[in-house]
Amino acid sequence: MNTSFPTQEPEYNVDEPSLLRALQAVLPAHALLSSTEDKRPYECDGLSAYRSLPLLVALPENIEQAQAVLRICYAHKVPVVARGAGTGLSGGALPFAQGVLMGLSKFNKILDIDPLARTATVQPGVRNAVISEAAQPHGLYYAPDPSSQIACTIGGNVAENSGGVHCLKYGLTVHNILRLQLLTIEGELLTIGSQALDSPGYDLLALLTGSEGMLGVIVEITVKLLPIPQQAQVLMAAFDDVAKAGRAVGDIIAAGIIPAGLEMMDKASMQAAEDFVHAGYPSQAEAILLCEVDGSLAEVEEHTQAVQHVLTQAGATEVRISKNEQERLLFWKGRKAAFPAVGRISPDYYCMDGTIPRKALPEVLTRISELSQQFGLRVANVFHAGDGNLHPLILYDANQPGELHTAEEFGSKILELCVEVGGTITGEHGVGMEKIDQMCVQFEPLELEQFHALKKVFDPHWLLNPGKAVPTLHRCAELGAMHVHHGELKFPELERF
Amino acid sequence: MNEHDGSERLQQQVKQAFAQHTPLQICGGGSKTWFGGAPQGEPLQLAAHQGVISYEPTELVITARAGTRVQDVEKILAEQGQMLPFEPPHFADSATLGGVIACGLSGPRRPYAGAARDFVLGVKIINGRGEILHFGGEVMKNVAGYDVSRLMVGALGTLGVLLEISLKVLPLPARDITLAHVCDADTAIRHMNQWAGRALPLSGTCHDGKTLFVRLSGAVSAVQAGQAELGGEVLEDGAGFWSQVREQQVDFFHDAQPLWRLSVPPTAPALPQPCWMDWGGAQRWWHAPLSELSALRRQAEAMGGTVQLFRGRTDHEAVFHPLSASILRLHQGLKQAFDPRLILNPGRMYPLDNE
Ligand SMILES: Cc1cc2nc3c(=O)[nH]c(=O)nc-3n(C[C@H](O)[C@H](O)[C@H](O)COP(=O)(O)OP(=O)(O)OC[C@H]3O[C@@H](n4cnc5c(N)ncnc54)[C@H](O)[C@@H]3O)c2cc1C
Repeated sequence: MNTSFPTQEPEYNVDEPSLLRALQAVLPAHALLSSTEDKRPYECDGLSAYRSLPLLVALPENIEQAQAVLRICYAHKVPVVARGAGTGLSGGALPFAQGVLMGLSKFNKILDIDPLARTATVQPGVRNAVISEAAQPHGLYYAPDPSSQIACTIGGNVAENSGGVHCLKYGLTVHNILRLQLLTIEGELLTIGSQALDSPGYDLLALLTGSEGMLGVIVEITVKLLPIPQQAQVLMAAFDDVAKAGRAVGDIIAAGIIPAGLEMMDKASMQAAEDFVHAGYPSQAEAILLCEVDGSLAEVEEHTQAVQHVLTQAGATEVRISKNEQERLLFWKGRKAAFPAVGRISPDYYCMDGTIPRKALPEVLTRISELSQQFGLRVANVFHAGDGNLHPLILYDANQPGELHTAEEFGSKILELCVEVGGTITGEHGVGMEKIDQMCVQFEPLELEQFHALKKVFDPHWLLNPGKAVPTLHRCAELGAMHVHHGELKFPELERF
Repeated sequence: MNEHDGSERLQQQVKQAFAQHTPLQICGGGSKTWFGGAPQGEPLQLAAHQGVISYEPTELVITARAGTRVQDVEKILAEQGQMLPFEPPHFADSATLGGVIACGLSGPRRPYAGAARDFVLGVKIINGRGEILHFGGEVMKNVAGYDVSRLMVGALGTLGVLLEISLKVLPLPARDITLAHVCDADTAIRHMNQWAGRALPLSGTCHDGKTLFVRLSGAVSAVQAGQAELGGEVLEDGAGFWSQVREQQVDFFHDAQPLWRLSVPPTAPALPQPCWMDWGGAQRWWHAPLSELSALRRQAEAMGGTVQLFRGRTDHEAVFHPLSASILRLHQGLKQAFDPRLILNPGRMYPLDNE
């Protein structure tokens, strides 16, 4: 087992027996796990290289129980980590040895669907895909569709501001929610947002989206539903050169078309996906683009022709158009199964998540392949090309001594490269524990301080998923990654640990 | 447009104000001094801090200084066949990008394309300590750190002075058409909600009490298909009409009485006439004397929404719908975190001192 992940957990003095007694008083016996065996499934999220057993696992079944758990943790000054389905890829739901892991899997009900107002009110443990399934009879669906959508929860989606292959046109989680119910660390229930399009005051809804469980625990969500497009069609274009494929993306946008989805796979990921699900990808190509257009029948026809023209002009060696719904889904299946497909060709893989300005794509891909040589590890690239979100998958073998470490170093170089070309270290997977050190590269000390000050407003005692997402200045200084401006480095009266 | 970077001067002024506990009123183009609470404090002039810093049409991103006039931004975008998708009202030619974002204003396209906050990708600000900070960036997807960029939208400058703003932009639609249907308000509410649930290229809806106006925008074929489906009379000068709606220049808004804005669920029942309704039913406008304040608040709450005194404030009424005690505490905490000496635009939003 590997425990060499970064940590910046503050010190807590937890009175374990008293905590256990208090929690036993408010939770049914089956909702509180304390044996190692029972806690084992919760020791990691989708970033399974980082593992840690929590002190206790609490699985509240309703808001009152969740409230009680938080009140107790607050009174005992015990850190709490919320968890949805644990598919997160940045260690956001990684438990603390000294803390309580609060699983929200029992909050799995769809509370209301209002077809006329086009909203669904759901509990946080509801799985993403289930919302669209429930809305489907009304001709509606929930747009953000992470590839993990059959497993991940809507609560986790809000906490990570997750995206999907359709977010270029339909937006991220933040664009598709209206209202949250939030439990503060003190156990107070707050309503943020409403069924109206906006609420007075600061945009707390936006602030909470993507806050990685650091500001509160989400216990109810109202999402927007959109009409299912009349038709959708996928164009698959093959290219003999990755850079050409990258330029084709810009060309489509320059033609005034915002496709419903615009994804790219390089040869390695495409071949892995093809071998896995037989999506019909042209295995000789260096890269493929998948471009979905949707809308009314006539519009799809119009855009399909336009995109086909652009792709051909951009040098595609082959352009295929999905002939029917079955083939459209097959084309997507390969893309959506890209991660597990890569998992079949390598004992382990490490998924990165940088965003770059699209024009930097050829340069970034070239430099990634140089880094790949330098570190001696293969890499497969999957790319939400429309919005510049790159997922290089680094292939390694955790059983080979040192390989995980090499993969991590390789990964951090990729993230620094993303920042260097004007991008960011995370497009949708969050910082969590994983990218805590790269935050020192992306942000200046004063900005990190501002983040800490903001967290303190919600969580004065650092109990909600503490130590994740935002590094301490101390940590950055130790890493030597801190930017020093005008020779002065400001260290305020922040708690440091 | 006069390209000019005033960051240093502005930072010095905020630092000094911080040191001396001097309240500042952040001034853009002065087109919205009537919006929110009354400005007070020494002027901090942003209008000269202008210029587009970067614009890459194929990246769908523009970054401009806060003092850049909105109409200049829109012109530059239009030259490349693009637009600000949230269609902000200007309320005067002098309106600046910073002002529009600080007020969080969006126009007719809002329910279908998104609000100002939905298109903000990054900001550079001066906080209340005089520190220059960057959040977000120029890429579409970015979840590193808390989303401070969006928090600035609609914060009326009370959390930071906006210096630069990066926005996602979109292509201008190939075709627009406006269709008019004569119907009462209840029917209009039903239509607007039902149609939004169908795959139609809606980009604007409003009802003036007698007629429902629907704008369709997008690919030529999509607009044609939508028109065939919805029917209705084609409005000649659709573009002119929506610009008047956006700028509140239609007759309804020519009324000396205070103007109230109700933000409600789109399916909320119709209000008595005369009422202007837009945003698919989610925004309702009403004229009423200030004495109606409490009644209107109760009414808005009963409808599941809130009400704002949009125009016609005096010194005595709070303009914005009151917050619950807990939410107000969070506001006060955030204010402290960004502007501990409460020098930025005091009184423009809520009383945010802790006392
Ligand atoms: C194969 C695969 C494909 C993926 N594809 C995508 C993709 O396309 N797009 C994308 O964006 N992501 C993707 N992900 C990442 C992941 O699925 C998302 O981040 C997802 O939103 C996590 O949801 P979850 O329920 O599993 O959350 P968890 O992993 O359990 O938790 C994630 C974070 O959210 C917090 N959290 C969870 N629930 C709550 C709550 N109720 N209140 C407060 N905080 C909470 C946790 O503390 C943690 O910090 C993928 C992951 C895998 C394994």
